[in-house]
Amino acid sequence: MTKNIMIVGVGGQGSLLASKLLGQILLSAGYDVKVSEVHGMSQRGGSVVTYVRFGDKVYSPIIDKGEADYIVSFELLEAARYVEYLKPQGHIVVNTQQIDPMPVITGAAEYPENLVEKMKAANVQLDAFDALAVANEAGSSKAVNIALLGRLSKHFEFTDEQWQAALEKCVPPKFLELNKKAFELGRNQ
Amino acid sequence: MKQLMLGNTAFARGLYEAGCLVASSYPGTPSTEITEDAAKFDDIYCEWAPNEKVAMEVAFGAAMAGKRSFCGMKHVGLNVAADPLYTASYTGVNAGMVIAVADDPGMHSSQNEQDSRHHAIASKVPMLEPSDSQETLDFVKKAYEISEEFDTPVIVKMCTRVSHCQSIVQTGERTEAVKPYVKDIGKYVMMPANAKKRHPFVEERTKKLIEYAETSDINRIEEGSGDIGIITSSTSYLYAKEVFGDKASVLKLGMVNPLPVKLILDFASKVNKLYVIEELDPIIENHCKALGLDVIGKDKFPIIGEFSQNLIADKLEIERTAGLKLNEQLPMRPPAMCSGCPHRGIFYILSKNKITVLGDIGCYTLGAVAPLNAMHMTLCMGGSVSSIHGFNKALGEESQNNTVAVIGDSTFMHSGMTGLANIAYNGSNSTVIILDNSITGMTGHQQNPTTGYNIKGDPAGKIDLEALCKAMGFNRVRVVDPYDLKTSEAAIKEELAADEPSVIISRRPCVLLKYVKTNPPLKVDNDKCRGCKACMKLGCPSISFRDGKAHIDNTLCTGCGVCKQLCHFDALN
Repeated sequence: MTKNIMIVGVGGQGSLLASKLLGQILLSAGYDVKVSEVHGMSQRGGSVVTYVRFGDKVYSPIIDKGEADYIVSFELLEAARYVEYLKPQGHIVVNTQQIDPMPVITGAAEYPENLVEKMKAANVQLDAFDALAVANEAGSSKAVNIALLGRLSKHFEFTDEQWQAALEKCVPPKFLELNKKAFELGRNQ
Repeated sequence: MKQLMLGNTAFARGLYEAGCLVASSYPGTPSTEITEDAAKFDDIYCEWAPNEKVAMEVAFGAAMAGKRSFCGMKHVGLNVAADPLYTASYTGVNAGMVIAVADDPGMHSSQNEQDSRHHAIASKVPMLEPSDSQETLDFVKKAYEISEEFDTPVIVKMCTRVSHCQSIVQTGERTEAVKPYVKDIGKYVMMPANAKKRHPFVEERTKKLIEYAETSDINRIEEGSGDIGIITSSTSYLYAKEVFGDKASVLKLGMVNPLPVKLILDFASKVNKLYVIEELDPIIENHCKALGLDVIGKDKFPIIGEFSQNLIADKLEIERTAGLKLNEQLPMRPPAMCSGCPHRGIFYILSKNKITVLGDIGCYTLGAVAPLNAMHMTLCMGGSVSSIHGFNKALGEESQNNTVAVIGDSTFMHSGMTGLANIAYNGSNSTVIILDNSITGMTGHQQNPTTGYNIKGDPAGKIDLEALCKAMGFNRVRVVDPYDLKTSEAAIKEELAADEPSVIISRRPCVLLKYVKTNPPLKVDNDKCRGCKACMKLGCPSISFRDGKAHIDNTLCTGCGVCKQLCHFDALN
């Protein structure tokens, strides 16, 4: 049975490291894994999606509507944007940080209000928290990605040691302590 | 060792294991990482060429010399390199020559959605098409074998979802085999008398390649339980398997040019209903129809855009699980120029002065989107500089004082230079702005001939843009700092008013480059801000409007200070 995790956010927020870490731990656990990324034009501050799929045998590189078991979102509006990709019992782990998209900046649209409540009303199993605050507590706003993964890790049966090993493989040594801390805070808070 | 590897990284690994010795490419999403990752192997000489035509000719020269070679590009890059490709098909090779071309169905990062298979058919060059990273590695090695056995360049066609998907790869060892260089005028000098002798060779080669396609394990049948048959390749194979699993028989084509005949006819004879599932154009479908087969293809599956498992299921009326629904109108989030992007100031000036802007390919194409709306044409690499000449020749005084071409440093070296030579030679009063951010930006920071560094980051030849433009005959060449709006605006106005052609070089490195030191973020003084929104005309992602005042996001702002120059009330500091 293939499981599907989407990582969504705004181009430049660091989703590539998050997907690398997930890919690493799933590979180590013996699954077939596919991780699809977005590069190029759409990365420039646009809405970006990474697909992580694992199971006995994974064919498609992408996750389609109604298929995601988990969505990890770096930004509130982006979580809402991908709700229809979620399975009926699916979970969203979301950073409550809001980043205005260009139509909001130019005044052509407004940032929607009460998205957390609206998603809950749509039967989304939602875990919303301020991952930016967690990242700052760990020492850098750039660790939002790992703080979110720490929170996602609660849904998986991997041990602390397995996550640590994956972190060590994916994060350069000089940022390792910071990221370990962000992961711990995300996982345990 | 099993590793999770990007399709492009697996391609580079394939080059390494196949003993490739020379690689020359021009970056282009989604192909770029192939050559970037190949450059991490010290055994392969790698370079960024100024454009794809040069890259292919470099690879051709190396293959003729007896070393396995490679060039990589995106789909539109193959148009640029088509000239050497079509004749290299006639000459053939000595050591193997492999070409990567990466298509972009769905146009994630491209100006068109062309199907590269047409180039393989038209140039009569074999084309392989892997569907995941392991196949990519294996097919690259196989491509070198085919190249040497059949005396032809071989194209390996990638696409966004293969290039940029990581999947599991088992790596192998490198083997090197070089061949001696032998002079052979009849084979390598393609003047009419010799080319007339080579064309029959090409036709014979195609026949032999069809024989190969009939029996090679690169094309395979996966028998299923039902009476449905699917002929497919690349990612379409993956989507079809996702929907059907083992319930349909599949003919998976790893070689998409030339296509087999007997294999397809045999496969078709064993099923009751035959689908061809392929993204973009109906190439396999038309081949099947020419063989007299009754296949279902583009009358069910679209000719436009990417496929997915749901798309295939929908078209065949197979039910899939529906997702949750959120009844809420959400604002779009299109890509935008980054906070602190040096291009923004120039586009603000062009927008403010209502100047007609003929644009080009790069991050700066985003100058076309709201609120700047300051680009009125983007065609292809280098197209801005050539087109402004035609535009001004057509409209004369009506356009020449209010029209500019804008082009990045890398794109200028790619094919803007030749257009500039035309302006100098055939004399139009055109104004060209080179947006020199000292890197190839959009594809993720590759060096180019103006940066002074090579693909490995080592010092290299550096072309002086000012000297180059002057040598072409431009008297008016000047450099501005795009963070300085006043001086930049004055320069643009002066050069537009001048009665001879001019080049303005807007020079400031991409703000995302590691060596660029950014300033502390600006702050809004709420007592001074009157909410006039002058700063918001820039379309900077750092600036939003909250409670009647400008608000600066201090995690995004790079302190470039461009907005500060627009504030009449000294509220941004």
